[in-house]
Amino acid sequence: MPILEVNNIGKSFGETRVLENISFTLEEGEVLSIIGSSGSGKTTLLRCLNFLEIPDQGSIYVRGNKLFCSEDPITRSEEEIRRKRLHFGLVFQNFNLFPQYTALENVTLARKLMAKAEKTGETEQAIIEEGKQLLIKMGLEDRMENYPHQLSGGQQQRVAIARALAMKPDILCFDEPTSALDPELTGAVLKVIKDLADQKTTMIIVTHEIDFARDVSSRVIFMDRGVVAQEGTPQYVFDEAPIPRLAEFLGQVKR
Amino acid sequence: MSASVIINRLLECSWLNIEIFFVTLLLGLPLGLIIAFGSMSKFAPLRAFTQTVVWIIRGTPLMLQVIIVYYGPGLMFGMKLMPRMDAALLAFVINYACYFSEIFRGGIQSMPVGQREAGEVLGMTKRQIFFKVTLLQVIKRIVPPMGNEFITLVKDTSLARIIANKEIIMMAQEYAASNGLIWPLFSTAVFFLIASGLLTLLLNYAEKKLSYFN
Ligand SMILES: Nc1ncnc2c1ncn2[C@@H]1O[C@H](COP(=O)(O)OP(=O)(O)O)[C@@H](O)[C@H]1O
Ligand SMILES: [Mg+2]
Repeated sequence: MPILEVNNIGKSFGETRVLENISFTLEEGEVLSIIGSSGSGKTTLLRCLNFLEIPDQGSIYVRGNKLFCSEDPITRSEEEIRRKRLHFGLVFQNFNLFPQYTALENVTLARKLMAKAEKTGETEQAIIEEGKQLLIKMGLEDRMENYPHQLSGGQQQRVAIARALAMKPDILCFDEPTSALDPELTGAVLKVIKDLADQKTTMIIVTHEIDFARDVSSRVIFMDRGVVAQEGTPQYVFDEAPIPRLAEFLGQVKR
Repeated sequence: MSASVIINRLLECSWLNIEIFFVTLLLGLPLGLIIAFGSMSKFAPLRAFTQTVVWIIRGTPLMLQVIIVYYGPGLMFGMKLMPRMDAALLAFVINYACYFSEIFRGGIQSMPVGQREAGEVLGMTKRQIFFKVTLLQVIKRIVPPMGNEFITLVKDTSLARIIANKEIIMMAQEYAASNGLIWPLFSTAVFFLIASGLLTLLLNYAEKKLSYFN
């Protein structure tokens, strides 16, 4: 059974049709890269998966459980959505760290709140310990007590990745995780994502880093004007069947 | 009449100013936050109602509001006059809550949506996001404009005299009129300068305390 099944997702903003009939599946441990020119709907798709936008059409299943179906009003209630979005994690383009908390507090805040609200029995100590391990994994062992403004963009993004991982999502989504970074800082971020891929973390990565996508992904989707225009293994999409729009796009990003 | 008697009397009357100041903050700040949520409500009639109330309160003199709160219920509905001080406090709380609400609203609306969304994707509830993520950032943003309001409030407290609450300036004016003394009036100025000076120090301290993040 696929870990994620997305069927016929459609989304409009007012009159503008932004997503049309988006369908794909993802197996556990796979990495899916989504490429496509600006405005093609990549961010909106990730936002739909994380329920920051509610699709107008379609359905989303995780491990066979129906998370969302546009026909079914129950799945739209706020409390349910809050629980369901925990299946997904999202790493934003511009990090969105909480400025008033240290790196470690950013990573542990939501877990602590959840443990308290739902009496999971998890001790604060255990959560903090786990948060430290995550930051160590991100290569930030000496940055745990720093506030976001004291960190470089690349460090901030790695804190954001640790923060998302702390919630143990089934599927971790990245929205252009390196495009707000100075070129010399992208390497460290791409490396931790690559490590996560090697450890079989299920991920969906929107990226313009074509070489990275080729290296890290099991599958690639090329989006064009709100539809999936091409899909397959990296070899297939990039080398064997680059449709004209894709060839044009690849030409632009490589320059 | 000796100077020390006069000073003691002025200080006694200044308690009234001090009481108005603290009661207005204590009740006006939470009420202002509630009004701010009303004026940002998704429910259009509530939003329109709240914004109209805020417009009326901010658009008319506090002095007029104090007078209306005191005489209005009696003249319009035949109710018994309420104690002068209660009327003043009520008018001050409502008036300042409206000013505070606009500052809260500005602070909340200037928050980048990314902060809320980051909390949402981490499974936090709206409440948790407000109290654990948004609030402190909003407070940091609104300390300077709030500070201005607090200092204005210190000086506005003397408006309570319009319904014969004997606050510090009113008392000093009596000494001017009946004893021909000017210095009691000047000494009230010292009172206000000290009060606003202390406030300024406190606000600077708060700003400094919150400067550990951006
Ligand atoms: N909240 C919104 N309201 C209206 N239009 C939007 C909104 N979000 C995105 N869009 C539009 O949807 C289209 C796709 O945007 P987006 O998903 O951000 O594309 P991408 O991430 O591929 O650049 C764009 O034309 C954009 O202007
Ligand atoms: Mg985008």
